[in-house]
Amino acid sequence: MKAQQFAEHLGTQYEGKDFVLDEFNRECVVIPLEVVPQCFEFLRDDYATQMDYFDFSTCVDRPPDRMDLVYSMYSTVHRHRVQFKVILDRNNACVPSIAHLWENANWNEREIYDLYGVFFPGHKDLRRLMMPEDWEGHPLRKDYAHPNLVVRPD
Amino acid sequence: MGPQHPSTHGVLRLVLKMDGERVVDCDPVVGYLHRSIEKMAENRTFTQVIPVTDRLDYCTSMTSNYVYVLAVEKLADLTPPPRAEYIRVIMTELNRIASHLLWYGTFCLEIGATTPFLYSFRDREKVLDLFESACGARLLYNYIRIGGVSQDINQAFLDRMIEFLDYWEPIIPEYEQLLDENPIFYNRTVGVGIVPLEMCRHYGVSGPNVRASGVAEDVRRDDPFAAYSELEFDIPVEKECDVFARYRVRMRELRESARILRQCFEKIPSGPHGLPLNYRFKVPEGETYVHIESPRGDIGCYLASSGGDMPWRCKFRTPSFVHIQLFKKLLEGVLIPDIMAICASFDIVLPETDR
Repeated sequence: MKAQQFAEHLGTQYEGKDFVLDEFNRECVVIPLEVVPQCFEFLRDDYATQMDYFDFSTCVDRPPDRMDLVYSMYSTVHRHRVQFKVILDRNNACVPSIAHLWENANWNEREIYDLYGVFFPGHKDLRRLMMPEDWEGHPLRKDYAHPNLVVRPD
Repeated sequence: MGPQHPSTHGVLRLVLKMDGERVVDCDPVVGYLHRSIEKMAENRTFTQVIPVTDRLDYCTSMTSNYVYVLAVEKLADLTPPPRAEYIRVIMTELNRIASHLLWYGTFCLEIGATTPFLYSFRDREKVLDLFESACGARLLYNYIRIGGVSQDINQAFLDRMIEFLDYWEPIIPEYEQLLDENPIFYNRTVGVGIVPLEMCRHYGVSGPNVRASGVAEDVRRDDPFAAYSELEFDIPVEKECDVFARYRVRMRELRESARILRQCFEKIPSGPHGLPLNYRFKVPEGETYVHIESPRGDIGCYLASSGGDMPWRCKFRTPSFVHIQLFKKLLEGVLIPDIMAICASFDIVLPETDR
């Protein structure tokens, strides 16, 4: 199944919600924030999709307003790989956790919380992963400022 | 079990809650080797990021280079010439041999056997000599570039590669002879660290670790890249899911790598070794994900470009990051010596995890 078929399949399952392909990535389906936990559970359990292998999840920061949370998943049964995106508001980024569906998502969400500041309600153990526990700030954001980060002369 | 420990394959910290000699709970703490490679990648041009990806996994530097370069080529819609594809296969397979030999040496060292370490490093030196003749570096190559490779290889390199294989293939049984008939090794590894298939799927385990649990999954077969679709090789699979099975899979993979290298020697075409590209070339706007088979598992790169000459976001999905999450579940109820055997059998490297 390609991304377009995924979008149609999800559209028939969740009527009233709009599933479109992402403008930047032709293999990515944008999922509205309201249906996030049920939608991923459906993708994992439904016969036609059966996404049992969670690749990764990460964030792409697009200032000033937008932050894209990208998930990539694969089905070992049907052998299709598709990315899914949830578009967040950069200043108030909050997504329900899906770590109960795939164990692999656990550390990915901790890393995103650590480096981007996205909050995942429902995650059992949300603490910093890469940075020390008492670090302030979220380093991978585009507006991160720290005295050690200097601009190169060129 | 602190970050500075000879058996943790790098700076991994395991906070273990013990009851006598048994582990009750385990919490892996990573981040001691975090070098913000992803942030650095956002501030360098596309070609300048390649030496940074070298350091992503320094035991298999060719693979780390390659996954990033493949992502850039997919976004920019570039096709490298056929000779470059074969050179890339040769380098990736030689790197696989070097990495598995390093794994074999350190795995045995952690279980307590010192001799196999010397055997495998003696032969790994010969592979590093080959790399040095091709690109000038022993460990951090910066060789696979966008559109091809940085320098061509000549017939002398290929002859020396075959000479190495002729010398080395009869030695692989020597590595196995040191361990296979050893009752101490059997007691330490058979039945230890069992990862059943549902657990593999739930955690996203890939590479030799999932092949030791009974599934023939290999990115070189499922999603071919470089020249792998034209080459013949088998995928070794074992069914027992324990430490011994993971060891057997990697030993058999060494033989398969030698077979692939011999086919490349026969089939490599002549031609240019790369595309002529501008130093500061621009990649069109877009995002993409590619993945290849590294000796540790399935390494992937998610690249987002905003149309400029620097990446907008470069995320590396590394197998070690995924496999360390397994430790929390796997190390429950094991004895202290088993911790080393289990941790070592997954072939974790910390630079990949922490980036």
